[in-house]
Amino acid sequence: MPISGSPIAPPAPEVGTARLRRREWLWVLSGAARTRRGTVGLALVAFVVAIAVVGPFVAPYSPTDLVTAPFSGPQSGNVLGSDALGRDVLSRVLAGGGLLLLMAAASTLLGVVFGAAAGISAAYLRGRADALIMRSVDVVLAFPSLVFALLLVSIIGPKLWLIVLAVGLSHAPQVARVMRAATLDISERDFVKAVELQGVKPRWIMAREILPNLITPLTVETGLRLTYSIIIMAGLSFLGFGQSPPSPNWGLMINENRIGLQLNLWAVVIPAALIAVLTVGTNTFSDAVARVALGVERRAEDVRPIGVSKLEALR
Amino acid sequence: MTAHGLAPGSARLVVEDLRIVLARTTADVVDEVSFTVQASEVLGLVGESGSGKTTVALALLGHHRRGLEVAGGRVILDGDDLLAMSDADLRTLRGAKVSYVPQDPASALNPALRVGVQLRETLGAHKNSGVGEASARITEVLAESDLDASPEFLRRYPHQLSGGQQQRVAIAMAFVCRPSLIVLDEPTTGLDVTTQRHVLETIKTLCQAYGVAAVYVSHDLAVVGQVADQVAVMYAGRVVEIGPTKTIFGTPTHPYTRALLRAVPSPVRSEVLEGIEGQPPRPGRRPSGCFFAPRCPDVLPICREVPPPVVAVHGGVQLVRCVRADEPAKRGAAVPIVLAGHAATGISAEVLEVRDLGARYGIEPVLFAIDLRIHPEQCVAIVGESGSGKTTLARCVVGLHDDWTGDVRFCGEPLAKGARRRTKGSLQRIQYVFQNPHASLNPRKTVGQIIEQPLEHFSNLPPIERERRVVAVLEDVCLSGDFLGRYPDQLSGGERQRVALARALVVQPELLVCDEVTSALDVSAQAIIVELLRSLQRERNLALLFITHNLALVRSIAQTVVVLSKGCVVEQGPVEDVLERPRDSYTIRLLEDIPKLAQVRTNGGPPL
Repeated sequence: MPISGSPIAPPAPEVGTARLRRREWLWVLSGAARTRRGTVGLALVAFVVAIAVVGPFVAPYSPTDLVTAPFSGPQSGNVLGSDALGRDVLSRVLAGGGLLLLMAAASTLLGVVFGAAAGISAAYLRGRADALIMRSVDVVLAFPSLVFALLLVSIIGPKLWLIVLAVGLSHAPQVARVMRAATLDISERDFVKAVELQGVKPRWIMAREILPNLITPLTVETGLRLTYSIIIMAGLSFLGFGQSPPSPNWGLMINENRIGLQLNLWAVVIPAALIAVLTVGTNTFSDAVARVALGVERRAEDVRPIGVSKLEALR
Repeated sequence: MTAHGLAPGSARLVVEDLRIVLARTTADVVDEVSFTVQASEVLGLVGESGSGKTTVALALLGHHRRGLEVAGGRVILDGDDLLAMSDADLRTLRGAKVSYVPQDPASALNPALRVGVQLRETLGAHKNSGVGEASARITEVLAESDLDASPEFLRRYPHQLSGGQQQRVAIAMAFVCRPSLIVLDEPTTGLDVTTQRHVLETIKTLCQAYGVAAVYVSHDLAVVGQVADQVAVMYAGRVVEIGPTKTIFGTPTHPYTRALLRAVPSPVRSEVLEGIEGQPPRPGRRPSGCFFAPRCPDVLPICREVPPPVVAVHGGVQLVRCVRADEPAKRGAAVPIVLAGHAATGISAEVLEVRDLGARYGIEPVLFAIDLRIHPEQCVAIVGESGSGKTTLARCVVGLHDDWTGDVRFCGEPLAKGARRRTKGSLQRIQYVFQNPHASLNPRKTVGQIIEQPLEHFSNLPPIERERRVVAVLEDVCLSGDFLGRYPDQLSGGERQRVALARALVVQPELLVCDEVTSALDVSAQAIIVELLRSLQRERNLALLFITHNLALVRSIAQTVVVLSKGCVVEQGPVEDVLERPRDSYTIRLLEDIPKLAQVRTNGGPPL
């Protein structure tokens, strides 16, 4: 009776779960943006990004033009006054964010790609590969990331690509650790074993079977890393290892103008505030992402046979 | 008068018209659920996955899962309505008057706390008794649960106990405060038959000794038949049939109950198992009229229009929700189809030959000198308790475990130890189906991608041909092409296992190794999988290595059986010989411990 019958039709598809599976990271991001925490974070980030992107086109002066006396306070024509060399602070603020953000984003991407590749390989290949990768990760981890970047820059010289590389590499270890832990769990699942039994090459297993299951933790980790990238990038610029003068750069501006703090406060406060608003924004948003992602995990758990959670609820 | 102060026969638990809905859509999950449990009595709550039995069980503790809402009805325990109580009152009640034994004791016990501490914690949360008094009670309850009450035992951690001992500790925890009601959620699912029997006996004895009312949730009818006095069969959130165990099993009246009983494999006869195709309708998608109508073999036009009335049959002891309840004779008793003995092929060369196989994990030896032969079109079943090494044997054969010695030949060719060292050809010709279909399918891939993947790897067929084969193999496992674009979490357990089966079959293997493929499924889904395997084996000349702990299933599928105990073969031979005339004491014990439906039908009702 059960076999002779025609193939049965599946029950009607459930829109919610299907959508969740296909573009889970998108679902998580949009879900996070809809929480109050996420909306606030996203608004802060959007505000700063808008300034950095649109700013250069609306700036009243060229960021390098000397327009008035050094450290003059806000006046007509110079809304935020002038800096140490008499350049318009507003123009430099508007022009000084783009490259900083771009470098932060690039180094984050680099760090996440390297870190994820290292972490997944270490966890999946085990044995010597694991030891090799994780011990080198430990070495990099032993240096504070700012010091690590400084070290590379002072050896090779202040080149922008090098700074991106250095900051990216300094992120890789943390990403690798998180990815390794997540992969250890996934790689023991039977669906991975099923593909191993076909003799599929490990790199395909990692890319096609394991990676898609790690997108959620990877999204969360990327948000966190972006926050750190911005801080380190701004810090390096402040220390003079980023863009060199006379380029406008928020980090550099703080350093250049701090001696004139009593004369024109705004030349220091505005770039500092923008960096602060940006990091608070990315951090708040990635926090919202993490919460929504955690909710996703929990949702998946509800489907599984009920174990501890049910019992805990009863006690 | 007994210790609990209630005469046997008085109602301890009364559930009236319980209705639980989805909070968001107010679609009912369970509705019109009513039953009464007397002191010392065990009520079995049975049904497929998704029938609402766990929802009802949790409501008995005044609890419901997130997203659900109690919309009506009463749960009265010793005169108090649990559903009307405050959270604080419920907390004092739970553990003391109502207690719960979960499905998986390993996850229910805190791994960081010693057994004694956990027991004392439960007792301390509800009773302000002195240390001496508490210790005395703990010793007493452990002894009652058939555990060693020595100080050494109390100092152990959960991981130092066996699965059966862990479940007994969980039972002891449930009984330690002398509750009125105990809710057991499939407490023996993870246990082997012998341990299962002992645990069931313990539960029954304790309930009788202390006048405890028990609700035993399970999808395993044979187990329920052994432990319950009363059985309530649930379908799509309704109790479709309720009555004394003997009459329910002897003269099942609802078509659903009858179908469930037909799905139970018998260790005595080789029968065709019949599963119930399809799934119970989900909350909010339930048809008007009888919810079982779409799957019912005896459906009438009226069933699709009006909800069926509750009819009392067999002198009023049995209540049935079916319009045809009082005309059982007309439908004719469906006699199980007994299979003729299989002719052992034997002549052709072996597909698989295992000689002197020994395997170990680290330094721990788990298999000793295993000899085994499988011919084409033959199904060899490996049975044994948990820890007998049967899964290790399967993993050695497929290449998941590589620490073994001896000789394993596939079609005459020796097999290398790990899958990585094997040729692509042998990897293709031996396929493995995993135990748990919830873990063996990648949740991020569609059914189509999952099944196509091995084809992509082993063949160089063009995409169109690949898709054609994927659809063909889906139809072989009785799923339609509509499943191609769905994700595993949109499927039921039985459907997932069929997808896993399709993935193995799509590359046309010669040997299929099935590792406990039905143990994660309910009886109905199990019956469907077993029947599928049997017909596929015939059609495709498949050789089958079927690993199971369920001796009753062996009868329905295998021609040869190998009994494993502690890593050694204790008995092997044709199924009829081994199951009817077992020689080894271990096999005899295994056979005795199987819960048998036949024992329950003592009042000599007609065959199903």
